[in-house]
Amino acid sequence: MEADPLFLSRLQFAFLIVFHFLLPAFTIGLASYIAVLEGVHLWTRNPVYLRLSNFWIRMFAVSFGLGVVSGIVMPFQFGTNWSRFSEATANVIAPLMGYEGLMAFFLEAAFLGVLLFGRKLVPAWAHFASALMVAFGTLLSAFWILAANSWMHTPAGFEYADGFVVTEWLAVIFNPSFPYRFLHTVTAVYLTTAFTVIGVAAYHLLHDRHVEESRIMLVMGFGLTTVLAPLQLVLGDLHGLNTLEHQPAKIAAMEAIWETGPRQPAVLFAIPDEDAEINRAEIAIPNLASLYLTHDISGVVQGLKDFKPEDRPPVLPVFIGFRVMVAMWAVMMGLTICAWYLGMRGELHRRRGFLRACVWAIPSGYIAVTAGWITTEVGRQPWVVYNLMRTADGLTPSIDGGDVAVSLALYALVYAVIFGAGFYILVRLARRGPHMPAEDRGPRLSERPARPLSAATESEAP
Amino acid sequence: MTLDLVPLWTVILAVAVFMYVLLDGFDLGVGILFPFAPDDEARLLMMNSVAPVWDGNETWLILGGIGLFAAFPVAFAIIMPALYFPILLMLLGLLFRGVAFEFRPNARRSRRHWDRAFFLGSLVATFAQGCVLGQYVHGFPVRDGQYAGGTLDWVNPFVLAVGVGLVFGYMLLGATWLVMKTEGPLQDWARGKSRLALVGVLAFITMVSVWTPLLEPRIAERWFAWPNIALLSPVPLATVALAWLLWRSLARGDDYPPFFYAMGLFVLCYLGLAISLFPYVVPHSITLDEAAAHPNSQAFLLLGTLFLLPVVFGYFGWSYWVFRGKVRADIGYH
Repeated sequence: MEADPLFLSRLQFAFLIVFHFLLPAFTIGLASYIAVLEGVHLWTRNPVYLRLSNFWIRMFAVSFGLGVVSGIVMPFQFGTNWSRFSEATANVIAPLMGYEGLMAFFLEAAFLGVLLFGRKLVPAWAHFASALMVAFGTLLSAFWILAANSWMHTPAGFEYADGFVVTEWLAVIFNPSFPYRFLHTVTAVYLTTAFTVIGVAAYHLLHDRHVEESRIMLVMGFGLTTVLAPLQLVLGDLHGLNTLEHQPAKIAAMEAIWETGPRQPAVLFAIPDEDAEINRAEIAIPNLASLYLTHDISGVVQGLKDFKPEDRPPVLPVFIGFRVMVAMWAVMMGLTICAWYLGMRGELHRRRGFLRACVWAIPSGYIAVTAGWITTEVGRQPWVVYNLMRTADGLTPSIDGGDVAVSLALYALVYAVIFGAGFYILVRLARRGPHMPAEDRGPRLSERPARPLSAATESEAP
Repeated sequence: MTLDLVPLWTVILAVAVFMYVLLDGFDLGVGILFPFAPDDEARLLMMNSVAPVWDGNETWLILGGIGLFAAFPVAFAIIMPALYFPILLMLLGLLFRGVAFEFRPNARRSRRHWDRAFFLGSLVATFAQGCVLGQYVHGFPVRDGQYAGGTLDWVNPFVLAVGVGLVFGYMLLGATWLVMKTEGPLQDWARGKSRLALVGVLAFITMVSVWTPLLEPRIAERWFAWPNIALLSPVPLATVALAWLLWRSLARGDDYPPFFYAMGLFVLCYLGLAISLFPYVVPHSITLDEAAAHPNSQAFLLLGTLFLLPVVFGYFGWSYWVFRGKVRADIGYH
């Protein structure tokens, strides 16, 4: 069988971006959490917040470094595997990525050094300000890259003349899906961080260690999820309405709806059969999909049959991705409700079953963002720029399947080693937990390495 | 009124790429020299000397890549596919080199492996960048605005020779950097390696300077036609003079000048390259003007670049100032 360069290039991009995105999914929220811890410490002078901040800064340093090295790979993918896409969309996409680099990467780099190694060198307020700037930098990065990504979903502010040419930059940046995508994604990564913090705290409570720190982490974590988990339901709903308006085929695939009509059922489970254009083994609740998609029980939702077969996205991954994402949200919401119930009975820090569930829920956010990413990106297919440019037309003409098979295999091998080692180090650091006050000392000037990841090793030296 | 932004973007991009070559050049060079160091303590010092700055240096690569994408997308869409495998090798090398910095001090039993990853990552990334440069000078066949060659065209004697040449080039930058940053026996060792690298660099500069005009008649004409030969002869002459100054400075036992002479050699080579290739951004097929992005897009990004690039330079200057002077064993990893 001849290897298909289109399929393999898509697989390679998906593989690289999914692994890369696991890191920002953690560090965007963590940067903000560290800024909050620094702020609270500055305000209250309670040393427990300093210990917590130092602990999470070590975790941040390792993951941020991994995020940087896996991020450098991404822009080159545009050129090597998607040259025709790059050429056609460069006028729109490239300046947005340029702004990400200039604004976000350099801002992060500049203040990361001070955040990691400058505690003894600069006044406390300046250290807090650095934490804020790093957090701001990560959000700016998300802003620009999601603007570029959203434009591919809902292009606006351009005219087509031998490639896309921008007519209105504000319309490009604030394209129709961008505000929803940005808020939905940022909320998702904040939830991901919150459940990582909660899980680490639960782990230490189960082992009866770092009790004071862990209680604070648990309360802060669930405090955030109490606001964000319900909010995410509203944002997800709004994003869904926006998608229904601009990408109805994606919604039809998410819900596995084949026939256009009112009173669409919500399919809980099914195996969509694309050839027969029906769902097998379907379990569905009547009318519910119309209700939540259109907010009207007799609302009309377009089915997949309304779109030509060559214009439909693959149904199964979109259908499953969406359900996995919602299921992960349900886990987070459920744990948040349990936390309130146990908290009111004063058992939040003691109920072992609950704490164990919290540890097991650490991956929930990472699974949710990955599943959500698959839902929205596979749902955009077969278009790379929605309704305007097909993914197949974006491929580099000069590469063949063998080329991409070799590069994909090498990336897979290298990522297995590098992410494996990084994951191992992160787990080890998380298990060790915050330092006891006696050994809590920031890196001194003489031993200041000013390298993100070396912060992680500062206190591990024999 | 529309202002032609192509010359300005050419300068910005040229500066970004050159910043990358100089800055990541010396820390990749240190990585290449790493396994040959006299002892473990020397290796620690070598790593510490670049640890505070390497990832900032690497950021210029992103800027260079995205800058090409944004300012000259036609060139981006031709050059990147043509260099599919050299770019892949470079990225894999940089991945290993980068995490080796990070994982080595965290490792217990596997430290030797990360040492090897640091060396091989640096070596492969450098060689791959040399191949990128070699193929760039060699040129790219283009048909209908797309790359018309194969993905293995870069496997030819000229390109591979430039790849090896750049290894010597980065080695020279790395060795003279170590002369500047270290003392005692390690510094003497670095001086020896600087001489070795300089001999290699001069051999490759000579070879490439002779080979390139033979490859492309247009380049021969640019250098050897009258009056260019008179106007441009200062470039090779200055190269010879700088090489002599560098050799003497090493012999005399200077600390700082060798590194700056080595950077000077890179400036002259870069200049020579620019003279050979201008006005092509895809040698020898597509000019800067033909590859340029829409003026509207060039202007939009220029606005931010002109404002933010000085800030970036400010940060870099500050960071290098903080870590000035000789490197000590007690910073960083221990």
